[in-house]
Order: sequence, then structure tokens, then C-alpha cells
Amino acid sequence: MGFLDIKNVTKSYGSVEVLHRVDIEVQEAEFLVLVGPSGCGKSTLLNMIAGLEGITSGDISIKGRVVNGVHPSRRNIAMVFQSYALYPNMTVGQNMTFGLEMHGVPKPERDKALRDVGKLLQIENILDRKPGQLSGGQRQRVAMGRALVRNPDVFLFDEPLSNLDAKLRVDMRTEIKKLHEKLKTTIVYVIHDQIEAMTLSTRIAVMYQGYVQQLGTPKEIYDTPANVYVATFMGSPAMNVIPARVIVMDGVAHAQIKDAKGAAQTLRFSQHNLAGWNGKDILLGIRPESITDPDGADRNSKNIVPLRNLVGITEPAGADTFVAMELGGRDIIARMRADPNVVSGQDFDFAINMEKAVAFNPKTEDRIQP
Amino acid sequence: MAAVEQDTAVCTGDITRIFIYGILLVFMAFYLMLLFVMVANSLKTLPEITGGNMMALPQVWTLEPWRQAWSAAQIGVEPTGLKPYFMYSLLMVVPAVVILTILGALNGYVLTKWSFRGDKIIFGLLLFSCFIPFQIVLIPMATVLGKLGLAGSIPGLVLVHVVYGIGFSTLYFRNYYSSFPTELVRAAMIDGAGSFRIFWRIMLPVSGPIIVVTVIWQVTNIWNDLLLGASFGGQSQPMTVALNNLVQSSTGVKEYNVHFAGAILAVLPNLIVYIVAGRFFVRGLMAGSVKG
Repeated sequence: MGFLDIKNVTKSYGSVEVLHRVDIEVQEAEFLVLVGPSGCGKSTLLNMIAGLEGITSGDISIKGRVVNGVHPSRRNIAMVFQSYALYPNMTVGQNMTFGLEMHGVPKPERDKALRDVGKLLQIENILDRKPGQLSGGQRQRVAMGRALVRNPDVFLFDEPLSNLDAKLRVDMRTEIKKLHEKLKTTIVYVIHDQIEAMTLSTRIAVMYQGYVQQLGTPKEIYDTPANVYVATFMGSPAMNVIPARVIVMDGVAHAQIKDAKGAAQTLRFSQHNLAGWNGKDILLGIRPESITDPDGADRNSKNIVPLRNLVGITEPAGADTFVAMELGGRDIIARMRADPNVVSGQDFDFAINMEKAVAFNPKTEDRIQP
Repeated sequence: MAAVEQDTAVCTGDITRIFIYGILLVFMAFYLMLLFVMVANSLKTLPEITGGNMMALPQVWTLEPWRQAWSAAQIGVEPTGLKPYFMYSLLMVVPAVVILTILGALNGYVLTKWSFRGDKIIFGLLLFSCFIPFQIVLIPMATVLGKLGLAGSIPGLVLVHVVYGIGFSTLYFRNYYSSFPTELVRAAMIDGAGSFRIFWRIMLPVSGPIIVVTVIWQVTNIWNDLLLGASFGGQSQPMTVALNNLVQSSTGVKEYNVHFAGAILAVLPNLIVYIVAGRFFVRGLMAGSVKG
């Protein structure tokens, strides 16, 4: 049993079910990220954990105690809101200790907690200011401080970085991660940005249309996506999904795809047990960084397959160069070193790291287990 | 230094500017002229008014008309001046406005942050009450006041004005609170504040501007009301009714200087409310609560 248990939880508004049988176990000190496009139900789920929204069926328990119907203030949780939700009429210090005051904590203890957290977040010098006098980053810190002061069992973050500018966001991201590693707190974090999800979390739940599509570590989600949706949602640029046909030769499965000129090319699979799929269509999933020039290919990979194809356009992006081409009738993207010798409109010998390739069932769009 | 060409919406041409200021000055002169006539004539002796120019300054300055209006003029059958009626008005306006502001704030808070089944209908009905003319409800109101034993008393008048003003004060507070971020309420809930504590500690401290608006509106409305005061005031009639009795008296000489002084006395509280409360009518109290 987990520290925070979400068992069979559904949520309906009238006859519309917006969350379908969600099952997530969060362990102590885990950093769980709920990620998905807007409207996928991630914020609803977070609000249900917080107690701001009712649970239609199923159970949510914290530390083994079922909290369905328990008032938010008695769940021992703290929440950081997207807009920070700082009380405008109170100073930073009053903002941070308001929760303790409401819970009847005596003033000396409140002051001590405030001093400790103020020191931790380096906001001791602004404790007497009003939220209106703070910069975006400072407000963000105060909002986190208000959560930390309470020393709750579970921290809930609702897209807390989305109001910051790009640079500050990266800084705060690192800071949140440091803070988590230092304090070993249990965190549930809602975000729509998949890169933030990858960098912060110990585990990710990818949500779409009210279903948890996949729950796993960032590496599991990235390398072995459960279905085409997860594969294309996580990663930027998205994973290439190419229609292919399985051909078994000498007992080894190959993917047969059409290149830009319509000629058939075969790519040998690594570990896939695709014998049963001989002659059938699949969807082949290849990450852009698995398609490179031969020199840039992963040296540790045991299965680099060459592929000659017509180059579409090249997009130098500083650290990488993105190369667009047509494969299997789809536009796909390859991600290469900064200065590959690629010219648009000419043939080029690509190297494909088939060790990282995944295969999807074209009908269900689920990954075919190797 | 070269002149910078400024062609924005704020920097309109000089001619337009003169035109705008000109019109404003004309209006200002017009309104100030009315005040000037009232003040000047209230400081003259009666023969000066009847025999002279309304626009002229007093030749003999006197405060006697003011003293007369305040404490000696014949109001109805008693030579009491306006003083007792001024007090009745105060005793009516202050409780009514306090109650209305509190009720409006609570209504607005509940209607925006604790939505319940049918809240929109209730708000709609409250809003509808703003559009009912006074005259329609006079007779039912008289019946109700009679049954409650409040007819012809100040508490009765307070009740009438509270019932009448609740639509408007609810409307003001509801609209103000609907732009109040709900996340703040949720944050306070998680912090463990009850619904009343959220109202008292989070919402009310930032309600200054809308409280001022409500107070200005209701003080003006209730203080200026003549119809309800005349209908339900009984012996404790408000200032407006007394002023009417003073000015409309059909016997004796028309003491215009006393009438002018009385009229100024009658609008004085409104003026004070505007001058004092207007200073607090500032926006920006919400700054910094959300976003950056």
C-alpha cells in the first residue's frame, strides 16, 4: 500500500464521466507528475486529492486513512496554486503562517516555522512585504513557503511554474527538484509541459481523455511508451510513428517501410518477438534522436541499421540539426549533431538505432510487448 | 532637439484639447453657479433678495437664515427648525446603510463563492427588485409595517430602506466578488479557514472600493428619499419631508434666505460623504494577489 492511494477513482459531472477508474499508488518521498493536455482530467484529480472536488466513486487515502469527504484542511496536505493565490492584504509572513494560525498553532511555534522556511527559501528579507510588492519569482517562493511551513504529508502543485518567464521557469524547476531531494517530501505535481514532467518527476502519469494512459518512471515512459498517444505526447520533437509491415527473415523480424522514392527498405528489429506478426502491418515508433548520420549513431547500440533516403529540409537549431524527410508516407524528423553533412534534396545515408525502436498494434495503437 | 511627432490617442491636437477643456469649464461654471446662488442668498437678509439681484453678493452678511432654518423655522405646526428632522434622518440612514452593506457583502460572497442550487435564480430575483418602482409597493408595505407594529417609526423606515436597497448592494458586491480569484478561497480552505473566517480575513480586507461605492450609493438614495419618508415616517419624518414642509408652507412670507439655508443643510451629508469617501475610492487594492 502506498503513502497516497488513489483506488478506482472516478469523477462525473452529471452523466458525463470525466475521470475513469484511476488507480495510482504514490510512495513516500515520491515525486509524481500528472501530465497531459488541457481537459485531460489532471487538475480535477489533483483537486480531488486536495478535497476541493468530491469523489464520485472509489477511494483516496493518505497514510492509510481514507479521506473521501474529509475537509481539505484536515487532510494534512498543502497546495501551491497556478496563480499562487497569495492573500493580497497580508504580508508575506502572515501569508505563510495563516494556515498554522487557523490550525491553532501558538505564535512562538509559528514564528519558528516561519524563520526556518524563510531561511530555506531565502526569503527572510521580504517577510514584511505585501504580495503586490514582489516579483514573479518571489511570489512563487512565498507560495511554496506557505506550503512548506505546514509540514504536510503531501504537497500538491497545480502548474506552479506556468506564470513565470522561460528563464525563471528553468531556475525554479531546478530549485523545486533540489528542494524535493533535500526534504524528501511526497509531491503530486500537475503540469502540461512534458519536458518539465520528465525533468522533475520520479514517476509520471500520462493522462488523456480522463484515462491514465501510462504510469511509470520518466525513462519507462520515454523508452517504452504504452501506446501511440504517450509516444507522441512525450518528447520534443515527437516520436516518429511510421506505418510498416513485419517480414520475418531467418527467424528475425524486420520492418519493411517505403522510403521517400517509394522503394521498400527493411530495418532489422532487435529484441522484438514479432514472429506472430509476419506479413502484418504495424506502426513503427522511432525517436528523432535514433535517426542520425552514421558517425553520430549511438556507439553502445548493438543494432544500428543503415537507411538511404532523400533529405527533405534541414533545420539547424544550434545544438542539434533537425532533418525532415518522408518515410512510410509520413513526414518524419531526425535529430542530428550540430553540423552533419546533410544537404536538402539529396540522398543521405542515415543510421537508425533499432534497439530503441518500438512497435505498435495499428488497430489498438497499444505497444506490442517485446 | 528635434520635435518628436506624437500621433497617439492620448496626445490629441491643441484645438481638440481647448475644445474639451472649454466644454468642461462651461459645465463647471453652470453647476457652481447654482451652488453660488444658494450660498449667497442664504447669507442675505430677506429684503435684499426680494428687492434685488439673485446673482449679487450679500450687502449685509448674516448667518441668521441658517440659525432660523436649523432651529427656529416653522416646520408644519412646530417652530423647531430642521434640527430634529436632521437627527431623524441620521438615525434612519446610518443603521440602514450599515445593515445594507453587511447584507450586500454577505450575499455577494455567498452568491459567488459558495454556489448552490438555484443561486442564479435568487440573484435574478434580487436584481429584479432594483427595477420595481417605489409607488407600486407603498400599500403592501404599509400593511406589512402595520402588522409588524413598525408603522410611523424610524425602525420601520430602516426596514423599508433595507428591503429596498438589498438588490443594489447585492449586485455591487456580487459583481465585485465574481472577479475575486476563487483560488484564494480554495487556498484559505486548505489553510483551514471556515467560510466566515475566509470572508472576514480574506475577502473583506480587499473590499474597500466596493464598500465605498455601496455606502455612497445608499447614503445618497436613502437620505434623498422623500416618498417613503413622507409615507411611513409618521412623527419622525426625515429631513427631506421637513424641508418640503418648510419650503411649501402656504402661510406667511416666503423666507427665501431660510429656504436656501435649509436646502443646503439638507444636502450637506451627501456632500460630506462624497468628499470624504471619494478619497478612499481607489482601485488597485487587489494588486499582487495573483499572477505576475
